[in-house]
Amino acid sequence: MTTSPVPAAPFDPADLTDPTPPPRLQVEGLCSAVVAPVGFCLGAGTCLAISGPSGAGKTRLLRLIADLDEGQGTVLLDGVPRDSYPAPQWRTRVVYQSAESAWWLPNVIQHVEPALRDQAVMLASRLALGADRLAADITQLSTGERQRAALVRSLLMRPAVLMLDEPSSALDADNVERMEEVLLEQMRGGLSLLLVTHSREQQARIAHGCVTVNKRGGT
Amino acid sequence: MNAMAPLSLSATDLMLAALLLVINGIASLALGLQVHRPLAIAALRMAAQLLLVGLLLRWILEYRLAWMTALAVVLMIAAAAREVAARPRQSLRGWSGLGISTAVVSAASLLTVALALATAIRPQPWYDPRYAIPLMGIVLGSVLNSASIALDAFLTGASAARNVIDTRLALGATRHTALRPQLMAAIRSGLLPVINQMSAAGIITLPGIMTGQVLAGMDALEAAKYQIFLMFILAGASGLAAYGCAALAAWRITDGRHRLRLDRLRT
Repeated sequence: MTTSPVPAAPFDPADLTDPTPPPRLQVEGLCSAVVAPVGFCLGAGTCLAISGPSGAGKTRLLRLIADLDEGQGTVLLDGVPRDSYPAPQWRTRVVYQSAESAWWLPNVIQHVEPALRDQAVMLASRLALGADRLAADITQLSTGERQRAALVRSLLMRPAVLMLDEPSSALDADNVERMEEVLLEQMRGGLSLLLVTHSREQQARIAHGCVTVNKRGGT
Repeated sequence: MNAMAPLSLSATDLMLAALLLVINGIASLALGLQVHRPLAIAALRMAAQLLLVGLLLRWILEYRLAWMTALAVVLMIAAAAREVAARPRQSLRGWSGLGISTAVVSAASLLTVALALATAIRPQPWYDPRYAIPLMGIVLGSVLNSASIALDAFLTGASAARNVIDTRLALGATRHTALRPQLMAAIRSGLLPVINQMSAAGIITLPGIMTGQVLAGMDALEAAKYQIFLMFILAGASGLAAYGCAALAAWRITDGRHRLRLDRLRT
């Protein structure tokens, strides 16, 4: 018995493209008047620590990626250039959480959309932040409580990339552990993380790599 | 109705009134208030300015030429715009502060004065300086107050709330949403003087125009109607000025990528 040759499949230009998906976040030559050019790739579900001496521009770099400050260079999310997103939409996909997040309503829970409030309470409880604290006056919360609440607010946005600027600087060891557990779980779900931290131990526990930031014109 | 001739004031009348200022100056010296010097300078400046304007107006009213009226209006707008740009504690870098104040002061005052001239007053010719210039003067006074207060409140408020605005932008808010509280507060502040003026008119104070017209011999009820008309015009102009200044300043301290650009403020 002879087999007839399999007819050739019609030509598909997609076959010529690289099957590897683009990195979640790709940064090329990103710089400003303060930050020297930086480039790196961040995969889905991975974490890169941002390191460098104080004043090197770690916060500036995160703000540049979030498009909160003006700079030069290219930033792509899943291969799509940042400029093709309206800036507010970009910032819901690539969320920047500053070291001292601000609040403009009387309590934390009011900053959360009503449909997400149950989720907020659950997530906050995993960070040892009770529902009563979410409903308490913001001025009554400690710095550490506000840091954890800010993380809840950021995670509820379900970003593709979360950029955290010293998120555990005011937390005790137990709360650092809780926060890292939540972050690792979110990363397993696909969240990519850029983390500014001065703790080498935290870098070792969470990060898959490190990006060093240098001040422009610095040594 | 008795039409009276306007009262003419002599130099002695003015000197007698100035005695009150001298008393203030003596009180300042005696109590160590340190206001006698600024009080004297302000009084001399006011007298010189008004006498000069009086002479100039007398000349303009005599000729009643369109270009003269236009020139006077342009100079008045330019002076008001400069004052609006200079007053805020935080000011915009470069020419943008003056640009915003010129645009807002011109639009708010010209629109409302044109409306008044075209509807209620209808002088012949329409640019008759006897109506156009005093009307422009009183509208500019109100616009100047509202615009400068709104601009100051907005820029100071936005600088103070920098962290909140930045956080809201970082969480995906548009610049309009992020700056809305500061914008609203600035417009409210800018409108307060005219609201107070309207609330107090007739009960606590007798407004200047009405007083002037009654003193000049007009029937008090007619003078009141003029004053009501003017207050509406002033409220409209103030609203436009407050909103215009705050909105343009909000546009200026942000950019197309919804970034907060406080670097555009003079430090």
